[in-house]
Amino acid sequence: MDISKIRKDFPILTRKMSDKPLVYLDNGATTLKPQPVIDAVVNYYTYLGANAHRGDYEMSAQVDAAFEGARVRTQKFLNAKHKEEIVFTSGSSEGLNLVAMMVTEQLLHEGDVILSDESEHASSILPWMQAGKKKGTKIDYIPLDEEGKITVENFKSVLTDQVKVVAIAMVSNVLGFVAPVKEIAKICHERGILLVIDGAQSTPHLNIDVQDLDCDFYAFSAHKMCGPTGVGALYGKKKWLDQLEPIFYGGESNARFDKSCSLTLKETPLKFESGTQPIEGVIGMAAAMDYLDAIGKENIHAHEVELKEYFLKKAKALGNIVVYNENAKSGIVTFNVKDKDQMIFAQDVASYLNTFGIAVRSGQHCAKLLPEVLKTPGTCRASFYLYNTKEEVDQLIDALKNATVENCVSIFF
Amino acid sequence: MSNIDPMLMRQIIMDHYDYPRNKELTKDNGYMSRHMASDSCIDDITVQTKISDGKIDDIRFDGVACTISTASTSIMSELLKGKTTQEAKEIMDNYFKMIDQKEYDEDVLDEAIAFQNVGKQANRINCATIGWKAMREMIKESEDGKDE
Repeated sequence: MDISKIRKDFPILTRKMSDKPLVYLDNGATTLKPQPVIDAVVNYYTYLGANAHRGDYEMSAQVDAAFEGARVRTQKFLNAKHKEEIVFTSGSSEGLNLVAMMVTEQLLHEGDVILSDESEHASSILPWMQAGKKKGTKIDYIPLDEEGKITVENFKSVLTDQVKVVAIAMVSNVLGFVAPVKEIAKICHERGILLVIDGAQSTPHLNIDVQDLDCDFYAFSAHKMCGPTGVGALYGKKKWLDQLEPIFYGGESNARFDKSCSLTLKETPLKFESGTQPIEGVIGMAAAMDYLDAIGKENIHAHEVELKEYFLKKAKALGNIVVYNENAKSGIVTFNVKDKDQMIFAQDVASYLNTFGIAVRSGQHCAKLLPEVLKTPGTCRASFYLYNTKEEVDQLIDALKNATVENCVSIFF
Repeated sequence: MSNIDPMLMRQIIMDHYDYPRNKELTKDNGYMSRHMASDSCIDDITVQTKISDGKIDDIRFDGVACTISTASTSIMSELLKGKTTQEAKEIMDNYFKMIDQKEYDEDVLDEAIAFQNVGKQANRINCATIGWKAMREMIKESEDGKDE
């Protein structure tokens, strides 16, 4: 993997932040876009132009080919069995909300239990909490181990006959641990439990094979894997998608309806795609898949893990860095900085790093239940991707060396 | 903009962060309370005040927050305690003007001028105003109550 060549694909890497060269280490939040993705999006606006699934003219047919081509591309990206199992969405959050609403309303009953855990992102767990309020379903939590991981043993320990759904992330957005999805899927299906996977943090970094994982639903966002914002996909096994009724209704999802309110929906997946879709986004997402696969996700992941190991070695030598997820094999480092005996508030550290042109995230990273597990109100998160370098890790370490409360306050003067 | 020594201003903030004033909540009667939970997902501050006959008798706060949130709320509590609500409103008005980089009267702000540059880090404006907003809401509530 030639990082300097890869970096040339990302025009934004030439910009500055706080008058310093940009060191972008917030890839868990969103990723930067390479030229082929930008070109694909722009090509829709400068050449393709028409709506999808509608016209009897050449432009529209070209859009259809690109749009439905992106569906097949996504099918291959996840190794889904059928292209009909790919529903375009606005991203992971929408996909997970749709599943929670449809499944709770149409398949669950009062007293049924959804199993989740305390490391979940809001988008993975909140939709089930809210959808369940009317129905009377409840959430139970898989106990996390001392490192904050989901283990098969802990999962088994909370299984009851009331559990009908398991909703977890394949990779935690704060800690970066990979959940044992395949093993959990096997146990779920022995008991008729649906397995819903938040793939927001796994899809950009790991090869995903939904048939091998054998999950029932899998949602992800394009923007966390070099694609456009506002677009993503929801994978669902065809038998479930065929059975479920959509949440939204409108143009393109129906075949016909009449004054007596009789409605015939289109087949899966179009019945879930009411209204004009983010066509340029879908096309850009497919370009991002081409881009990542050409480099190879196993290479990308190995590079991220190498950067994390490099950071850990240097951070240990500094002595003032507390790392919360040392053993997670991913490009996510969750840490705080100590000034003598005092932990510096994460947001103070993040603002301090900004003055060096370094972008990291601070806070709870949308996982609001996790602070109790980590026993800290907030953390800083540096998350690496394919374009990050050891030199950038050095810059981060150099800045953290002098991160004191006093220096964090000094940025305001 | 004031030309006070940046070193001095930094010391003011550090002092109020390391030794925050009035940082203890009370269960006594007669206090209004605001938990500033929805403004930010990271700072978690509760501010209490006792206002009687248009005068601010006491201000207290507690919570988990960054240097700027803690120090700005601490300074606010010292500055507004003992003032009439009218005086407090004028001080607050000038404080918010300063944060917004508009013309303001620095004479009424005392140590709070230490936050005059907070707008340089736009995402931290909320930190410098979270406690002040809580107090502004409670003063308004005390006045609304009077009108009824």
